[in-house]
Amino acid sequence: MTTPLGARYTNARALGVAGVLAALTVVLAVLALGLGAVATPAAQVWAALWGGGDDLTRQLVLDLRLPRVGVSLLCGAMFAASGAMMQGVIRNPLASPDIIGVGAGAGLAATVFLLAWPAAPPGGLPWAALAGAWGGFGLVLLLSREWRGAGGLHPVRLALVGVAVAAALGAVQQLVLVRAPDGLGSALTFLTGTVYGADAGRLLSVLPWALVLLPAALLLSRTLDVLNLGEDLATGLGTRVGPARLLSLGVGVALAGAAVTGAGILGFVGLLAPHLARLLVGAKHGRMLPVSMLLGALLVLAADTLGRALLPPLEVPAGIFTTLVGAPYFLYLLKRTA
Amino acid sequence: MNRPPDSSAPLSTHDLKLAYGTSVIVPQLNLSLKGGEVTSIIGPNGCGKSTLLRALARLRPVSGGDVQLYGQALHSLPSKEVARRLAILPQGPTAPEGLSVEELVWFGRHPHQGRFPVRRPQDREAVDWALAQTGMTIFARRPLEALSGGQRQRAWIAMSLAQQTEILLLDEPTTYLDLSHQLEVLQLAQRLNREQGKTVVMVLHDLNQAVRYSDEIIAMRGGEIYAQGRPDEVLTPDLLAEVFGLKAHILADPDTGRPHIIPYALTR
Repeated sequence: MTTPLGARYTNARALGVAGVLAALTVVLAVLALGLGAVATPAAQVWAALWGGGDDLTRQLVLDLRLPRVGVSLLCGAMFAASGAMMQGVIRNPLASPDIIGVGAGAGLAATVFLLAWPAAPPGGLPWAALAGAWGGFGLVLLLSREWRGAGGLHPVRLALVGVAVAAALGAVQQLVLVRAPDGLGSALTFLTGTVYGADAGRLLSVLPWALVLLPAALLLSRTLDVLNLGEDLATGLGTRVGPARLLSLGVGVALAGAAVTGAGILGFVGLLAPHLARLLVGAKHGRMLPVSMLLGALLVLAADTLGRALLPPLEVPAGIFTTLVGAPYFLYLLKRTA
Repeated sequence: MNRPPDSSAPLSTHDLKLAYGTSVIVPQLNLSLKGGEVTSIIGPNGCGKSTLLRALARLRPVSGGDVQLYGQALHSLPSKEVARRLAILPQGPTAPEGLSVEELVWFGRHPHQGRFPVRRPQDREAVDWALAQTGMTIFARRPLEALSGGQRQRAWIAMSLAQQTEILLLDEPTTYLDLSHQLEVLQLAQRLNREQGKTVVMVLHDLNQAVRYSDEIIAMRGGEIYAQGRPDEVLTPDLLAEVFGLKAHILADPDTGRPHIIPYALTR
């Protein structure tokens, strides 16, 4: 009876996958740091990263290009982690921050914030986006709540309402932009999803959020695993499902909100990265979350690097590439789910 | 019937009311389960038996009265503590794709572990024991979706066993299984009761299986307990007519001497 059919996903395999992805990310990051009007060879980039090389190269690589690469990596990882958590909690493979109203809420709030207070300190923007993300998410919660009975969060209802709220908030954002002729340029970046113009200031405003929220997501791995079994089994195993869902969703919302301030809504990263990660290392969050983060980081960095290298000096926003890859996959997912 | 709840009963209810919104499923139910026995809840579709079982496991809210675990109000106890004393396998459980049997069984240790997933020797032992009890040791590394329906159900039961609880609740554990796999699950439940002294409570549809594998039968109708007692006391022609609307021959099972029911007509 014992056939050699063994476990498909193991820790060893996950470590291998993570190692390969990390190596790819480093290679791509070095290439991206060399890319620009003045191309820098990889060896000089590497030297500059470790404090060597001449001043000009160091300034070019560390001061001008590193923030953009850093923002790409962080925002990619945050969107991916956010999507992974939402898919786990809502138990809906199509859930993702840009689909459940969180990204749109953050984008709207960021747009309004930038238009209303053009001179506001950059540290304020993530808080505004976070408030917007919570606003969008709160609206979804409010509308999807069952008023009769004990209620709670019904997965399907939550996702459906999320899509509607995202569309509505997106429309309001368009309206705000149309009615505000000035300061349009800087606010527009939050619509297309791009790391263009990401400087040290933007990196430093996103970094603390990433340093707190990404480890928090990893700490919630086991809770997410249990929630993923469904409400009945999770309750049977002693999890207080309501609070556990809210905590996990809270971290997921904050991740997306902070990521929006770095790179706008990078379409489908939150959907694509977790799905790829699940294919590679299985659904257990202890393995899937770190691999998702690496994939998200790699995906956004690749998209941005491609956007810069393709038609210089034109820059194609990273969000366009992630959407180009993500949309067909989304359609494929829809077809497979149905 | 209508015995008051007492602290020696593993599970008891006191004027329990269960409702979905305004529609009342169970109006007022008093029940006391016997410890160390196999109890089956039977009744026609919509009589509230699954709803009752889920309420006994705090899987659904209570509209009035309460459920008590050894005399303590279930809803006042921390959920994790309840999960160390009472395991429930709901109907049609689902797991994420690619999960191996052993990984699934490890979930049963969740209520015993803290925030960090430290795997202590006693956790490992409990998982190995649960796999052995259910005959799943050789399938430990298989993904769940590569198993037959019967094996998969045994894997889920193994997860519940890894919780190492005194009480095991099974909601229609034989549904969607072929006959031999049904018996496999029921024999497992009986063996766990006889050898480990577990209190087992099941919702079952097959009356003859309920009779054969249970020490106690609870027959429900319209959200109320119609009868509770030994199988031969409960399964009478009157009960079959009143609860199930069946006319049946009741013979003595040649093996066990317990009633064997052969329905031959509907009463309505």
